[in-house]
Amino acid sequence: MRPIIRMSGIDKMFGSFRALHEVSLDIGEGEIVVVIGPSGSGKSTLIRCINQLEVHDAGTIEVDGHLVTRGAGLAAVRAEVGMVFQSFNLFPHMSVLRNVALAPVRVRGLSWSEANERAGKLLARVGLEAHAQKYPGQLSGGQQQRVGIARALAMEPKILLFDEPTSALDPEMVGEVLDVMLKLAKTGATMVIVTHEMGFARKVADRVVFMDGGRIIEQGPPDQMFDAPRDPRLRNFLNAVLSH
Amino acid sequence: MSIFETFLNWDVFVRVLPLLLSGLWVTFTLGLLAIVLGLAGGLLLALLRLYAPTPFRQLTIAFIDLFRAIPILVLLVVVYYALPFLGIRLSPFAAAASSLSVVSAAYSAEIFRAGIQAVAKGQFEAAKALSLSPFRTMTDVVLPQAIRVVIPPITSNAINVMKDTALASVVAMPDLLKQATQAQALTANPTPLIGAAVIYLIILLPLVRLVALLEKRMAAAHR
Repeated sequence: MRPIIRMSGIDKMFGSFRALHEVSLDIGEGEIVVVIGPSGSGKSTLIRCINQLEVHDAGTIEVDGHLVTRGAGLAAVRAEVGMVFQSFNLFPHMSVLRNVALAPVRVRGLSWSEANERAGKLLARVGLEAHAQKYPGQLSGGQQQRVGIARALAMEPKILLFDEPTSALDPEMVGEVLDVMLKLAKTGATMVIVTHEMGFARKVADRVVFMDGGRIIEQGPPDQMFDAPRDPRLRNFLNAVLSH
Repeated sequence: MSIFETFLNWDVFVRVLPLLLSGLWVTFTLGLLAIVLGLAGGLLLALLRLYAPTPFRQLTIAFIDLFRAIPILVLLVVVYYALPFLGIRLSPFAAAASSLSVVSAAYSAEIFRAGIQAVAKGQFEAAKALSLSPFRTMTDVVLPQAIRVVIPPITSNAINVMKDTALASVVAMPDLLKQATQAQALTANPTPLIGAAVIYLIILLPLVRLVALLEKRMAAAHR
């Protein structure tokens, strides 16, 4: 599998707090990697470095062969990396359809009619074609997050990042979002997912990465990670999240 | 002479009305021009203050502070009576328009800045993640949300500009107030002044009410 993301020796400081400690991780094209770990372990920071929502202090990141740095190349990298946020971050003053169609027009140069058509198809794919003309504030959390996924997909990115996509949802809405992600996983998309949904991780992941204290502690296929964890920190973490 | 004949003399009022209306026109043009220039300049200053490289940002902050601190009347007198010594000779209208615009821009800048800073951080992040350019991020995502928030204070500022146009009468600009004082001298009767005051109120009272309404609607929208 050709690596499409290569991170090596990534350091990130927030003031005097070291959020990432020489983290290295390669992710293959079409691979689905789920990153788990306790809060503050650096999982979100790690994936936010991939599209530079956080600027790393040391180390190198390559996306599809392009070095990720500040400057002109960054826009090209971001165009290939879609992101779904914990708090959705939809644009509240635009219709759902326009939320999805905006970036293809502004970044890819599509006409509005082309972009609206693409947006309509994507909204159908996430089961929201009936809500295209509504505003985000009129939708439930689960619906908003599905719009968030459609918006990321509209750029036809090579990589999709999910930053705790279900953590802000009421429990009864988690399933509808995970279903959409599961369908997406079957299309061969490259996905990097930070989540606390362990059942979902086991079902969807090619590889599970466990982080603690800004380091990758253990990684492997889901069966091995969940059924035969080696590091005591992973075992403690799994006990804590699976026992309730 | 009764109090009515002195202060609300109908004959005098009818006689000076054309003069008052020509003054009103000047007031209106000056106010509108200063409001429009002030809004455009204010938005530009707000963006410079937030996003320009450090030396430009500090210059912008100094500029904004300076023109928020200086009394408009003082600025106006300096522009009209002092700048000619430097060879810059402005007409009363130009002096008044530039003074009012610059001060209004400084106030608007702070209002726009607060509006932009009130836009959630996640909105900027979503725009970045979608690879929108900084310009598109502003025009498509940030400003439409920021401007909605600042409509009441911006309208309130526009009312102040409209009121402050009366200061221009000290540099002999034939605005509503100046025409009224002249008419008063001409007719030896204060009715024109009362007439001018009433005209100011007719224009500005509805605007003041509008601001209150907008503020109420904003508060409701945020619930």
